[in-house]
Amino acid sequence: MSVDAATVKRIARLARIRIEESEVASYQGELNAILGFVEQLTEVDVEGVEPMTSVTPMALRRRDDAITDGGYADKIVSNAPLSEDNFFMVPKVVE
Amino acid sequence: MTDLTKLSLADARKGLEAKSFTATELTGAYLSAIEKANPSLNAYVAVTPEQALDMAKASDEKLAKGQGGPLEGIPLGIKDLFGTKGVHTQAASHILDGFKPEYESTVTSNLWRDGAVMLGKLNMDEFAMGSSNETSYYGPVVNPFRAEGSNANLVPGGSSGGSAAAVSAWLCAGATATDTGGSIRQPAAFTGTVGIKPTYGRCSRWGVVAFASSLDQAGPIARTVEDAALMMTSMSGYDVKDSTSVDLAVPDFAAAVERGVKGLTIGVPREYRMDGMPAEIEKLWSQGLEWLKAEGATVKDISLPHTKYALPAYYIVAPAEASSNLARYDGVKYGLRVSGKDITDMYELTRAAGFGREVKRRIMIGTYVLSAGYFDAYYVKAQKVRTLIKKDFEDAFHGGVDAVLTPATPSAAFGVGDEALAADPVAMYLNDIFTVTVNMAGLPGIAVPAGKDGKGLPLGLQLIGKPFDEETLFAAARVIEKSADMDFSPKQWW
Repeated sequence: MSVDAATVKRIARLARIRIEESEVASYQGELNAILGFVEQLTEVDVEGVEPMTSVTPMALRRRDDAITDGGYADKIVSNAPLSEDNFFMVPKVVE
Repeated sequence: MTDLTKLSLADARKGLEAKSFTATELTGAYLSAIEKANPSLNAYVAVTPEQALDMAKASDEKLAKGQGGPLEGIPLGIKDLFGTKGVHTQAASHILDGFKPEYESTVTSNLWRDGAVMLGKLNMDEFAMGSSNETSYYGPVVNPFRAEGSNANLVPGGSSGGSAAAVSAWLCAGATATDTGGSIRQPAAFTGTVGIKPTYGRCSRWGVVAFASSLDQAGPIARTVEDAALMMTSMSGYDVKDSTSVDLAVPDFAAAVERGVKGLTIGVPREYRMDGMPAEIEKLWSQGLEWLKAEGATVKDISLPHTKYALPAYYIVAPAEASSNLARYDGVKYGLRVSGKDITDMYELTRAAGFGREVKRRIMIGTYVLSAGYFDAYYVKAQKVRTLIKKDFEDAFHGGVDAVLTPATPSAAFGVGDEALAADPVAMYLNDIFTVTVNMAGLPGIAVPAGKDGKGLPLGLQLIGKPFDEETLFAAARVIEKSADMDFSPKQWW
C-alpha cells in the first residue's frame, strides 16, 4: 500500500501537525519508503495466531477505587505555558 | 592521586568505603571532566553541579557514619527521558521547552535512595527515536572513539547516545538509559561500554517520558559488566505506579557476575547470519562462541524463523504507540506553545514547531496505521507477528537453550552526518536489526564489548536471555569481557 499527497495531508491533519504544501512530497516519499518496508509482513501466515497484548503473561492489575493522590492543582499547572487560577488557558472553543 | 574519574564504579565504591577519597572529591572530579569535555562531545544537555555537590556532601556524611547505601556517593548521568524533579526533562525535544517536572521517576528515585549522586541530564535522540543521536534538538553527541588516523566525528549510536558517550569518556561512573528497539545496546556497542535492557517489567516505567509503552524499558550503561550489574540491582523493582511492573524479588545481580557459563547451552540463531555481514562481525561472533565454549558452555545451532519480520513489525507497533503517547504534547499542559487563530491551529502550529522531522514522520506513520480501515491490516497483523517472534524464542528456550549469542550491531560506529543514512530512513532503522527482536519479545538483552574493527573501533556482542534471567546474561557477558581482555577506553582527544 502507498499513500498519495491527499492522504499525507489527511494524516497530518489527524495527527494535528501542520505541514506546508512544499513539505508534502518529501513526507510522501518517506512514508512510502517505510510502508514499502513493512509490506513484507504480508508474507507471514498468521492464520489462528492471537495478536500480542502483553509480553509477560499477566493480567493488568487492579487497585482499590480510592483516592491516593492529588490536591495540588498549582503543581499540575506549574509548567503550563498559560494558566489562571489553577486552570489551563486555551483559545476559545465554544462560541 | 590517580584520576578518580577513571575508576570503575565498583572501585569507586571501594575507595569511598575505605575513605581513600570523598564523594565530594569524586563528584568534583567528574564535574571538571564534564566542563572540559562537553563542548566537544555534547553528551550532557544540562549539568547540575550544585545539586551534585549537595548530594555528595550528604553521601559523605552517611559514609562517615558507616551508613552508606549500595551506590553511596557514586556520580551518575541521567538520560533526559527520566523525569527529575525541578531539573531539565525534555526528552531532547523542543516541544518540552523549559519543562521541569514536579515529580521524580521511580528508577531515579531508587538510585537516589541507594545513595547515588546526579551530575546532570544526558543528550539523546528526540523522544528516543533514532540510532545515531542526531535527532536531538540539542545537536548530535560525538563518539569519544575516532577511527585510527582520522579526525572525523563518529556517532555514539542512539537513542541513548549521551549516556554511552558520557560513560565511555569518563564523564560519569555509570548512566541510566532506555531501550525501545536497541537504544541501550547499540550505543553501548558503538562506544565500548556495557549496556543491558532488562526484561520488560523489571524496571518501572513510571516518570519516564513514554515512547512505545509495550516496548520501553530502562536499564544501565556502564564501563564493566560488574558496574552494570550494580546499577541494575538499584534501578529494578516492583512499582505499584506502573501497571506492567512485575512483582518479583530483585536478585543481587552483582553476585551473579562471576558465576561462569559451565554447563550452559548457548544458542546461535542461523537467521542472524545476514547476507553481506562484514567479515569482522562474523569473526567476532565465532570468537565469542569459542570463549564461551572454553569456559564450559555448549553451543547449539537454533532457528528463530521470524527474525526478519521483527523490524518491519516494530515499525508499525512502535510508531502506533508513539502517535498515541505523543498526543499529549499540545501546547496546553507544558512546554512549547505557538499561538494560532483557534485551538486546532494552535495544536498544529505547536506540534509542527516543537517536533523534529524523525518524530513527525513516526507520528504520521503511527496515525496512518491506526486510522480507520487500516488498523487490522497493519497494527493487528504486526501484533500477531509479534506473538510468533516471541514463540520462536520460547521454542529455543524449551529446547534447552539458556541464552542466545548474536552480534550487537551490523557495523561499528559510522560518521556524523552520513548522507546515505540521512536520505533513507529505512537504512538507519537497519541498525537495530539484531536488537529489536528482543524488545518485541520482552526479553532481556545485554551488549558487551568483545573486539575492535580494522580501524580500532569497538564492536559488541549481544546475549539474549530468558524472561527475568538477567543473572545468566551478566555471567556470560563477564566471560566474554574477561576473555576479550582488551582495553575499551577511547584515546582522549577532547
